[in-house]
Amino acid sequence: MPLIETKKLWKVYNEDGTKTEALRGVTLDIKKGEFVAIMGPSGSGKSTLIQILGLLDNHTDGSYIFADKDINNYNQNEIANMRNEKMGFVFQAFNLLPRSTVLDNVKLPLTYSQIPESEWEQMAQDALVAVGLSHRMYHDATQLSGGEKQRVAIARALVNRPEVIFADEPTGNLDSKSGQAVIEIIQKLHKEKGHTIILITHETYTAEYAERIIKLYDGRIESDVKVEQRREGNFIK
Amino acid sequence: MQFKYSLKTAVKGLTTHKSRSSLTILGIVIGITSIILVMSLGQGAQNLILSQIKGLGATTVTIIPGKISFGPSTAANTLNDSLKEKDLNLLKNRANVPHAKYVMPMVIGSANAVNGNQIYQTAIFGSGEFIPEIFNIIPDRGYFFTGDDVKSRATVVVIGNKVKNRLFNGDEAVGQKIRIKNNIYKIVGVLPEKGASSSFDDSIFMPYTTAQQYILGTKFYSRIVVDVDSEANIASSVEDIKITLRNSHNITDPDKDDFTVTTAADISKTLGTITDALTAFLVAVAAISLVVGGIGIMNIMLVSVTERTKEIGLRKALGATDKDILTQFLLEATILTATGGVIGILLGSLLSFLISLILRNTLGLDWQFIFPWGGAVLGIVVSGMIGLIFGIYPARQASKKSPMEALRYE
Repeated sequence: MPLIETKKLWKVYNEDGTKTEALRGVTLDIKKGEFVAIMGPSGSGKSTLIQILGLLDNHTDGSYIFADKDINNYNQNEIANMRNEKMGFVFQAFNLLPRSTVLDNVKLPLTYSQIPESEWEQMAQDALVAVGLSHRMYHDATQLSGGEKQRVAIARALVNRPEVIFADEPTGNLDSKSGQAVIEIIQKLHKEKGHTIILITHETYTAEYAERIIKLYDGRIESDVKVEQRREGNFIK
Repeated sequence: MQFKYSLKTAVKGLTTHKSRSSLTILGIVIGITSIILVMSLGQGAQNLILSQIKGLGATTVTIIPGKISFGPSTAANTLNDSLKEKDLNLLKNRANVPHAKYVMPMVIGSANAVNGNQIYQTAIFGSGEFIPEIFNIIPDRGYFFTGDDVKSRATVVVIGNKVKNRLFNGDEAVGQKIRIKNNIYKIVGVLPEKGASSSFDDSIFMPYTTAQQYILGTKFYSRIVVDVDSEANIASSVEDIKITLRNSHNITDPDKDDFTVTTAADISKTLGTITDALTAFLVAVAAISLVVGGIGIMNIMLVSVTERTKEIGLRKALGATDKDILTQFLLEATILTATGGVIGILLGSLLSFLISLILRNTLGLDWQFIFPWGGAVLGIVVSGMIGLIFGIYPARQASKKSPMEALRYE
């Protein structure tokens, strides 16, 4: 049973009477524990797809079943809870809260969860250990380098032990060295902890860390292939 | 999200923009400060007035000639000659007014008092010998004139402290003589200073018989003061007095009374109503600034929501529900205004306290600082409500944002 299953997924933006078809019948399955990269030129609909899969946006037509649940049957509150409990997000722009410590940033999803407060500290610390940032725990988010910020964002994404982590161009704002460190951490999380990972990137180099690459073009799936020669990270300690 | 964390988040949101937060609540601070100040001063003024009226004797009943009413036709009645010696004697009769301790007529006029080349115009009170007993004021030098002085129309006076200072500077006045109109009067006593709000300081007392004969040339009284033996008997005594006077004046219809009986309680009630109305009016004026302050809060909260669109998007992406975001921004607005309210209450009380000090020390008023507990509770509730009311619109705007659009916002 796939974790993510879409059938003929459509997304049509309607702004000032102009209709834009961002997704035109996307059908795909992603199994639990898979590491999938989604690629495509700008305007191909890859960001729209990940937003719909991540429940940050609604689809216009078709069906989306996440962990056996048809998303069409859920209200906004239930969807918010699903985002909180089952999903983690890593954005290109990091989106950390400035003027908050690294630890507080990582704790943020926990504050919206049902998990008892007594466990937050340990969970946040574990997540920071997993991305190799336990020594920066009490620093202000603004004091970090770009690469470190993105690693905090990854820690925040996995602190709730989600079923799937969505990463929308996580290396896009980073220099190549930091970018490599970030993608290697993501690969390590997949390998060692079995997280399902859906990664958007426009760099083939980055995509090759994944097991499977889905290419979108003009709102449709152009290709969906297994990566024959996976790139393996050195796993920074 | 737990309420405790919403509160923490809201406080953090506010403290990161300290100067903006403090400028935002200025309107609320000013509004609540003025309300507290007005309520506290109003209460102080009321207490002062009431204590002064009590000083006039809580058990005193005053009969004034003419009927005081609110119709236009009675203006002529106020200078009425309805209180005469016959009435005085009837009221003194214990069979008519059993609880009357003292019954004392008074006449009131004004004249120039002269000592050498010092001339001072002042109020002349012609009274009986019971002023010290009824009004609780005893000459600190000399004595108050006696019943014999009243009977014999003696030309003796007791003067207030201010009169003494004007006519004699710092010199001893008891035993000295002053001229009023064409007669010479011997000063037998000087009243102690009672402070700016007392009319005793600026008055000359003489036997009413003397005043009627030499100053006013009349046979009737300006008022009759009856001191009742206890407060419990005031109401029954008022009725006794009315019945006695109606019989004396052959009045059957109480609406046609040609006299008015007032008590200290009546006067304090009337004055209390007036100060209450004034306070309410001033509070209403101050409340306008609260509305203005509330609009200021709404304005800044809207700016804050726009500015933090990305943060709202992030929180929603991480699992915040619409309600979580609504609560956060409503709490921010309410904490802002409630803080403004608390500062306003402290500031208003401090100002009121300082004003009471100034009034006491410079004007010599017996002004007591009153902390307006009612006003303080009202202030916190009202300021919190303002935060809720004016915070709802921006908070709703924030909670309705779609997470993706909010995250994309630049």
